[in-house]
Amino acid sequence: MLSLHRDWDDIMEKEDHQQGEEQEVKICDSSSETLATSLSLLGNHMFPDSVQRNDSSDSQLSDLAAAVEPCLKSEPSDHVTRRENEGPENGVPTQPADTEPEDADVENEQSDSGDFVAEMLAKAKLEEQGIGLKGRSSPLLEAGNDESPALMSHRDEDVTAESWRQHRKHVFVLSEAGKPIYSRYGSEEALSSTMGVMMALVSFVQSGDNVIRSVYSDGHTVVFLQKGPLVLVCVSSSRQSEQQLRGELLYVYYQIISMLTQASISRIFEHKKNYDLRRLLAGSEKILDGLLNLVDSDPSFLLAAVHCLPLTCSLRDSLSQILQKAITPNLVFSILIAKNQLLTIVQEKTVIEDTRLEPADVHLLLNLIGASSAFQAGEIWTPICLPLFNPDCYFYAYISYLDPPDCTVCLLLLSTDKEAFYAVAECKRKIEEAMVTQKSLSLIAKAQSYSVSQVGVSDLRHFMYKPFDVPDHYRQLSQFTSPEMEAPYSSEEEKMRLLDLYRYMHSRIHSTSRPLKLIYHVAERETLLAWVTSKFELYTCFSPLVTKACAITAITKLLRWIKKEEDRLFIRYPAKYSTTPNPSKSSRGAKSDQQDSTDNGFLSLL
Amino acid sequence: MALRELKVCLLGDTGVGKSSIVWRFVEDSFDPNINPTIGASFMTKTVQHQNELHKFLIWDTAGQERFRALAPMYYRGSAAAIIVYDITKEDSFQTLKNWVKELRQHGPPNIVVAIAGNKCDISDAREVPEKDAKDYADSIHAIFVETSAKNAININEVFIEISKRIPVADAVAETPGRGFKLGRQASESRRMCC
Repeated sequence: MLSLHRDWDDIMEKEDHQQGEEQEVKICDSSSETLATSLSLLGNHMFPDSVQRNDSSDSQLSDLAAAVEPCLKSEPSDHVTRRENEGPENGVPTQPADTEPEDADVENEQSDSGDFVAEMLAKAKLEEQGIGLKGRSSPLLEAGNDESPALMSHRDEDVTAESWRQHRKHVFVLSEAGKPIYSRYGSEEALSSTMGVMMALVSFVQSGDNVIRSVYSDGHTVVFLQKGPLVLVCVSSSRQSEQQLRGELLYVYYQIISMLTQASISRIFEHKKNYDLRRLLAGSEKILDGLLNLVDSDPSFLLAAVHCLPLTCSLRDSLSQILQKAITPNLVFSILIAKNQLLTIVQEKTVIEDTRLEPADVHLLLNLIGASSAFQAGEIWTPICLPLFNPDCYFYAYISYLDPPDCTVCLLLLSTDKEAFYAVAECKRKIEEAMVTQKSLSLIAKAQSYSVSQVGVSDLRHFMYKPFDVPDHYRQLSQFTSPEMEAPYSSEEEKMRLLDLYRYMHSRIHSTSRPLKLIYHVAERETLLAWVTSKFELYTCFSPLVTKACAITAITKLLRWIKKEEDRLFIRYPAKYSTTPNPSKSSRGAKSDQQDSTDNGFLSLL
Repeated sequence: MALRELKVCLLGDTGVGKSSIVWRFVEDSFDPNINPTIGASFMTKTVQHQNELHKFLIWDTAGQERFRALAPMYYRGSAAAIIVYDITKEDSFQTLKNWVKELRQHGPPNIVVAIAGNKCDISDAREVPEKDAKDYADSIHAIFVETSAKNAININEVFIEISKRIPVADAVAETPGRGFKLGRQASESRRMCC
């Protein structure tokens, strides 16, 4: 590996001088042909355009090939043989010493994608039309796939096909040894050489005491994230900012951690560097797929906040009280979910005094429940890690729907005791009973998201509001509120278009180089206004003919309306209970609990 | 009628049809696109066996490797284990043998073991001969059936066989005793009322 890096060093010397240590290595095609060339290797068709631009740099290409080759060879077994089987159309040179075949490869690439630019342009259209494969969850994510959706799961996709290349956002996870762990589209085996090249890029930049962060090409942004022994790569044509894409990769990492814990992943790879982590993730691909679909379609991830279902204050309080009464030792969180949105969450007092529950952990839980129908049968008992709470430990989650067979209201009880199933299941019975007597289920069934028309501002089409003004004392979960997306944003593709506009506004507001406080953005079919203050973050969407003055008046009205409705829109006072078995602690807990309940505006129950 | 609770766990490779068997038994339904189980799923069903009611507390475990370490939690204290393999997958039969070994080493001493060769509706793709599996089951004194959760073949039979094999001795010692006691209390209270 060392000698390999020396080769790379020669090629990259220039960049290394230009970029300081720890600095972002941004490689634009024009400024550094070399790395772009290596990216053509990635190019199982990802960057055919850069290939086209760089076919002059033969010698560099062969250098790179020489570098890539030993890297792959250092990997025992499958990789090399698979590469050979795949042959030239894979775009990875097989004979490093000889430049000829590579040229042929490049040629192939070119003819393969002769009209690529045109296709890239057409692609945007396809995306807008929302031609997709996966249907239900988000048909927008795949553009123009020729294969019959019924017969082909995206995992069986032909990774050499144009349709594969055209996916809006690819996500790959690999181990430091270059072993594939997950690919959003196509099978990991078929992509093992592509992932090998990704790893070569990462370790090459690493050898110069630097970190590869992103690569920009005309239509694509490639973002790298290295977390422990895992490398996550996103290849996106979505125009999202690098920061946003990296945030999404972090979610993928957290979801993997939530299944395996960080400690066990480190242990596994310390023990065996080329371990195939897919063995442990087998059957869980759906959860990662689900997460990526949710990340694309649900602004909660963008805002790092939780969206709760609007409920009258009294109903939410009564639900919290039901949860508060059904407790057992070592119970830490009781969470009630309806239609994949939070109804209420009750937390163990002493635990939550130490650490607050992060929105990301709640997102992972919501995704887990939404992504699998496995929870609709019986009562589930499964270990789960909340990576932001503690990346190295498991909670034991009891998951059961309260309204079979509809399965819309889901109860999630998290305990630290792995043997506590029967005790926790007993809590569920209590909750179920109390909900029957209070007729909670029928009340929950009536609850729904609200329409923007309720705000009473005519030009306002949609908004997202995330308050910061919750007193820290409550260790409140970050939340946001947003109405249903209604016409003209009722179709999937229009929804996605609006979300893309919001993502753009968000990236401008949160730009690391030049952050903004207020943006008034006149787009083609709507006008957007984003505003961040010390108290809130707000994104609004107006009809295109709105005037600036009008929009500002509208926002004043909107803020007034939210203030009036905030008890309904947000979980205002997170409820707590004390289940710590330690008697001294629990008595203390009970005492402050009482105090807290008055603090929280609940009538004292004791 | 006396009620006995019997803890039963299902073990076996991923994708062999453990959840499908449980669904067929409990709900009498079948979903060809069932999702992989996460952790373990708990369900109950009560059936009559002779003059007793047997309430099966069924732990349907996930076959994925990452949940493997949790298995002892589910088979500990079990009266019976149903180990499932897929007759069209030789590998799953090898996994089954490992489960038998593990149960023997760490499981409850008197656990009733049932071996279910699932997916017998697609015997065209069979990889595990019925005779091999039967011989193996006999060698470890296990119940053996080939099942099809899809076509509801032999599913109830597995549980009926388990009911039969559960030692009656336990029942004499515990359940009827409790039932008798309750009965007497009831009659006493009635007398007091009068």
